[in-house]
Amino acid sequence: MARASNRLSRFNVTSLALGLAFLYLPIVILVIYSFNASRLVTVWGGWSLKWYSEFFNDGAMLDAASMSFRVAVTSATLATLLGTLAAVALSRGERFKGRTLFSGMLYAPLVMPEVITGLSLLLLFVAVNAERGFWTVTIAHTTLTMCFVAVVVQSRLGALDRSLEEAAMDLGCDPARAFLSVTLPLILPSIAAGWMLAFTLSLDDLVIASFTTGPGSATLPIRIYSEVRLGVKPEINAICTLIIALIAAVIVVASFASKLSREQGESAAPL
Amino acid sequence: MSARRIFARPARRAAIAPYVWMALFFLVPFIFVVKISLSQTAIAQPPYLPVFDLTSGAGAIKAAFAALSLDNFRLLLSDDLYVFSYLRSLLVAVVSTSILLLIGYPIAYGMARLPARWQSVAMMLVIVPFWTSFLIRIYAWINILQHDGLLNQILLALHLVSTPVVWLSTDSAMYLGIVYSYLPFMILPLYATLAKIDPALLEAANDLGSSPRQAFWLVTFPLSLPGVGAGVLLCFIPIVGEFVIPDLLAGSDSLMIGQTLWLEFFTNKDWPVASAAAVVLLLLLLAPLLLYDRLQRRQLEAR
Repeated sequence: MARASNRLSRFNVTSLALGLAFLYLPIVILVIYSFNASRLVTVWGGWSLKWYSEFFNDGAMLDAASMSFRVAVTSATLATLLGTLAAVALSRGERFKGRTLFSGMLYAPLVMPEVITGLSLLLLFVAVNAERGFWTVTIAHTTLTMCFVAVVVQSRLGALDRSLEEAAMDLGCDPARAFLSVTLPLILPSIAAGWMLAFTLSLDDLVIASFTTGPGSATLPIRIYSEVRLGVKPEINAICTLIIALIAAVIVVASFASKLSREQGESAAPL
Repeated sequence: MSARRIFARPARRAAIAPYVWMALFFLVPFIFVVKISLSQTAIAQPPYLPVFDLTSGAGAIKAAFAALSLDNFRLLLSDDLYVFSYLRSLLVAVVSTSILLLIGYPIAYGMARLPARWQSVAMMLVIVPFWTSFLIRIYAWINILQHDGLLNQILLALHLVSTPVVWLSTDSAMYLGIVYSYLPFMILPLYATLAKIDPALLEAANDLGSSPRQAFWLVTFPLSLPGVGAGVLLCFIPIVGEFVIPDLLAGSDSLMIGQTLWLEFFTNKDWPVASAAAVVLLLLLLAPLLLYDRLQRRQLEAR
């Protein structure tokens, strides 16, 4: 058995199973509790949808949900445009002036503590006297999420065979034409995956939105957070389940897109 | 190669829009943070002095510059509250990153040794929670850890404890929440490097007479160190500035710097001190941030 050292050991299987159980159990429990008829979260009172109807009758929550949704769609679209441009420049632009600063600005927000990003953007908005609300949150989310889009698309561009573009140009395409008819179709799945990542990141964000929004325009995470601080409420379980369902739908589409992209060549997108 | 160079020119032009955007909304805001961290607190809107007013002429701007001071930084260094917050943040980040590495490595290793078609399924399963809201995942734990939550009910039913244990508002709950939330960030870079290791190397080690254990420590582990570095940085840096998890799961007697900054900003409305706290936090994180930047760049551009 030459492959003996390469087999899955019992230790491998156990750590995988425990790890996945740890990741999923709390979410499963949350989803089950959301259907609990009892007002006491911990006492099982039979299956019920009443916390869902409570949410759909809660005007403030619905306003927050609609605000979050609009911000997520707008900022994800802007971020996808800007992030894709940035990825193209970084992976096809060879050397250019300010490249180090550019890539530094794109990678730093990926790990930068959110309190710093949020605080600095708020100070900017206050300094230029911008009215805080939909647009300030959208700009803040675009700034954060375009970096994620850039990384996803850049890693796809890096894996792409560049001789395809060069062949198109040898055959008489100008660069714009070569990009639009050869490169763009090939990176489209990763652009789609980038959009969806940006969308969910925006939908999730609490800290940056708290800093950059104004009175009267709370996003869904801000509302949830203020409720959670007061304790566990069954209605929150229902809202969280709805968000999980929405995100799960997005992931199914995204994984389909990335599968497409992987079939066209190995992509090493980390996210 | 000339085609490549001709392609590069318009590609460079693509940088303009994102460049301007990031300069405006990432770089410039930091200048404001630094500037305001050097200002005085004031009961006004915005709550700091001096406010630069470009219409008031060069003399006024010069006077405004003269009014800048390092007082806020002196306050930060002399006030135990801040010093303890920074130390606690670093401690929490070191402890949780270590736990994450200890838990994440075996999981990533198990993933990398799965048959190829199961690997992508396992990767998907690890990524999904990463896409699910941070807040929701913490809230899921509050459900379980609260006074009459599932955990206490199970412990009581099994007669392991006689009275409900207080889990919420403790450091253990906070560590649990951090490890839970950041686990995918640790697993994914580890898995990425572990999966790339050529199995032939392990066979060679085996042929040369090393046991699987020896082969792991002599071949696999050293080769996975870049992934360890990426995972550690990807977790450590944001954990230092973490706000939501300690706020919801830990007690309120000792705060992490993210919480102190938040409190200073939203409750005390002391923007200059909050800005100074952010500047110091950034300085603390500068070394790991630069290191992470280098790793990212090398990974993405060395193809």
